[in-house]
Amino acid sequence: QVIAALTGFYERSNANVHRGVHTLSEEATNLAEASRRKLAAFVGAPNARTLIFTRNATESLNLVAQSWGRKFLKAGDAVLLTEMEHHSNIVPWQLLAAERGITLKFVPVEPDGTLDLGKVKELLDEQPKLFSFTAVSNAIGTVNPADELIRLGKKAGAIVSVDACQWAPHRALDLKTWGADFVSFSAHKMLGPTGIGVLWGREALLEAMDPFLGGGDMISRVTLDRSTWNELPYKFEAGTPNFADQVAFGPALDYLTAIGLDVIRAHEHALAAKARALLEAEGATVLGPKDAARRSGVVSFNIPGLHPHDVGTAFDLEGVAIRVGHHCCQPLMNKLQCGGTARASFYLYNDESDLEAFSRALKRTIEFFGLKGNKAGVR
Amino acid sequence: MEGDAELQDLYREVLLDYFRSSTRKGRLDPADLRAHGINPVCGDELEITAQLKDGKVAKLRYAGHGCVISQASAAMMAEALEGADIAKAKDLVAAFKRLMLENAPLASLPEELEPLASLEGVRKFPLRVKCATLGWNTVMQGFEEKAQ
Repeated sequence: QVIAALTGFYERSNANVHRGVHTLSEEATNLAEASRRKLAAFVGAPNARTLIFTRNATESLNLVAQSWGRKFLKAGDAVLLTEMEHHSNIVPWQLLAAERGITLKFVPVEPDGTLDLGKVKELLDEQPKLFSFTAVSNAIGTVNPADELIRLGKKAGAIVSVDACQWAPHRALDLKTWGADFVSFSAHKMLGPTGIGVLWGREALLEAMDPFLGGGDMISRVTLDRSTWNELPYKFEAGTPNFADQVAFGPALDYLTAIGLDVIRAHEHALAAKARALLEAEGATVLGPKDAARRSGVVSFNIPGLHPHDVGTAFDLEGVAIRVGHHCCQPLMNKLQCGGTARASFYLYNDESDLEAFSRALKRTIEFFGLKGNKAGVR
Repeated sequence: MEGDAELQDLYREVLLDYFRSSTRKGRLDPADLRAHGINPVCGDELEITAQLKDGKVAKLRYAGHGCVISQASAAMMAEALEGADIAKAKDLVAAFKRLMLENAPLASLPEELEPLASLEGVRKFPLRVKCATLGWNTVMQGFEEKAQ
C-alpha cells in the first residue's frame, strides 16, 4: 500500500507543496498534511502542528541538540544520557559540549543490559538540564521503563527527550500522556518509506526554540536584514520537504492500525522467544535482560569463538539476513565487553519459516567453523 | 548445498588455520614500529608492533581481535613481512592491496605472498575486503609514521 501510494503520488499528484496556488500543488499539500494529521492521531499527539518531519530520527535528535540545546544550555550545564544510546543521541551532544562547554553524564548500563532506576535517580538529583534516553535499545532489545524514566526526569526538573525509534513501530505511543518534551522516531522502521523522520515536541518548547535550518517555508517575511519565522511545524521544516514519502507514510500507519500494535508485538515476541531458545540450545550467548517482559523483538547474540562478521557472512550465504557489528552503539558494546553482536530482529512480516531458516543457518555456521566438539577458534 | 560451497570458498581451511594460530601473535616491547588500526564498521582491531634492524623487519607481531578474515590476514602479513627488507615489505603490502582492491590476477602475487591466495574469495564480498586489508594498512601506517 505504501509503494502504491508512492507511485500513485508521483504519477498523479506530484507537485511541490506549500508554495503553489495551482490545483495540483494544493492537492499535494493536502495529501501531505493529511499524513501529518494521521500520524498525530496514531501517536496521540495533541495536535499535528507539534509533529515535525525531518529526514530521519538522527536529524530529529540533532534538531533537539541544536535548536533547543544551543538556546537553552550554557557552559557548565549538564545533559544526562545513557551508556546504551545510539550514536545519534550521543554525538550531537558531544558536538554541543565542544561548542558550549556543557557536561555530559551517562546512566551506566548493568551487565544484563538494563538501567538501574536507583542510579538514574541519583544522577537526576544532580539536576541535569536535559535527560535523554532510548525507550528500547536497538542493539540488544532492552525495553526501558519509559513512563517511569520520563516521570523521574520531569520530577527532577529536566527537559526529557526520548528516542522512540524502536518503540513506535512495536508499542502504542500516547504522547499526550507520556509526558516527555521531545520524542523522535522514523518511518522506515514502521513499514513507512525511507527519508522520513519525526520529531514531536511540546508546543511551548517548540515555539520558544530557534529554527534549525534556515530557508524557504520556515519563514514568514524576509528582508535583507532580517526574517521572521513561519508558524509550527513549518518553522522547523526548511526547504522542499520529502513530501512524496510523507504522503506514502500514511498507508503504513493505516496498515499497522488495522492489524493492531498489540497483535504485532505478541507475534514478534513469540518468534524472538523461540529464536532465543534456539540460540541458547546451541551454546550461543544472548545479550540483554533475561525477563521477556523487558525485551523487544530484537535478538542480539554471539557465538563463542566467532566474530559477528563471520556469523553474518555465514548466515548470508545460507540466505538469512542478520545485522552484525556494534549497531551504532559502540559505548554499549564496550561496556558489555564485546566488539559487536549478531542481531536478528523480528517484525510482523516474519514467521515460522524464517525461524526454520534461522535455525538451519545457525547450526550450519557452528558446524562449518568447527565449533561443535570444541575445535574452537582462538580466544 | 549452495551456501556451503560459497562458505568454503570464502573461509578456506588454510584461513581458519591462520586464524587459530598463535605464531607471531603478541606485542613487542620495545618496538621500533607501533601502529593501531580499527575497522569502524565492525570493530576489528589490530595492533602491529615490529623491531627493525639493519634495514630489515627483524620481528613483527600482531595483537587484537576481530573476524576470521582480519585476523588470518594479519597472521599471514606477519609471516610474509618478518625477515624482509623494509623496502621489500612495503612492496609486499602494495602487491596484496592490488590483489584485494584492484582485482589484480592471482598470478601477479609475489611468491612470498602465496598463502594470501586463500583470501581471493573475499573479493566477492566488498564489505569484507576491509577486514582483509586492515593489518596491511596498519603496518603501512607504521612505516609511514616511522619515516616522518
